[in-house]
Amino acid sequence: MVYGLGLIGALALIWWVLSGHTEPLILGFGAFSILFSAGLAWRMIGGVDREVSPYLRAPRMLPYWSWLGGEIFKANVAVLKLALKPDIDLTPRLIRVKMTPKTDLGRTVFANSITLTPGTVSMDLEENEILVHALDASLADPHAFEDMGERAANAADAGENA
Amino acid sequence: MIGAEILSIIQNIVSVALVASGLVFVLAGAVGVLRLPDFYTRLHAAGVTDTLGAELVLIGLAVQAGFTLLAAKILLVGLFLFLTSPTSTHAIADAAHKAGLEPILKRFHPQPPGGKDK
Repeated sequence: MVYGLGLIGALALIWWVLSGHTEPLILGFGAFSILFSAGLAWRMIGGVDREVSPYLRAPRMLPYWSWLGGEIFKANVAVLKLALKPDIDLTPRLIRVKMTPKTDLGRTVFANSITLTPGTVSMDLEENEILVHALDASLADPHAFEDMGERAANAADAGENA
Repeated sequence: MIGAEILSIIQNIVSVALVASGLVFVLAGAVGVLRLPDFYTRLHAAGVTDTLGAELVLIGLAVQAGFTLLAAKILLVGLFLFLTSPTSTHAIADAAHKAGLEPILKRFHPQPPGGKDK
């Protein structure tokens, strides 16, 4: 129920930001389309759970996202240095990273974070590991991945059992 | 009156600086795509355009729009891009991996043409 209200609240916010209308008729259409979308989500998944409606976790995710933003910036600069040097010298690597988060949402957040940081792309998800392709051996530091995995688990998994 | 003008000049400077640096990242990403050796390494260079390049341009445009609904829309576009671009990158990499494309794992160090030690 809480998740359903979260979904409706988020849809309403997005609808209003995108339309900007306040006339009663248009608002009515908006309310209809929001309820219709929420109903579709309900029918498709058979109930709204935390994966359909992760909006209530936003306060937990915000510090993680700002940390991730800094990491993305650093990794971008590193990749550009590697790719734009007149003398290209790199050694691509395939590595396996331990999957720290337990829930599906946490696993998605972790795999997406790896892909978002340039220089590393998650190629395959296995039960307990992620196969990661790294542009250069210097970007494939296992400790950095462990750190990211723990942060992702803290942000997305906290208070949930898999 | 003077204060408002100064504020608008600052707004323009910040917005142009953000868009310009975003474009530098997009251009560098494109050059990287041309220079790197194989599919997977090129994917990394393309990722630069997706993340920092696109987000900087969008934030610059949001600054240009000021505190309006338009800025909120632009930031919403940025948020969706932030959430969906890694998903598509992963889908491409996963598809290539499943199709059996082997990544180059050797050291890649081409000698520049006409280099001394050639």
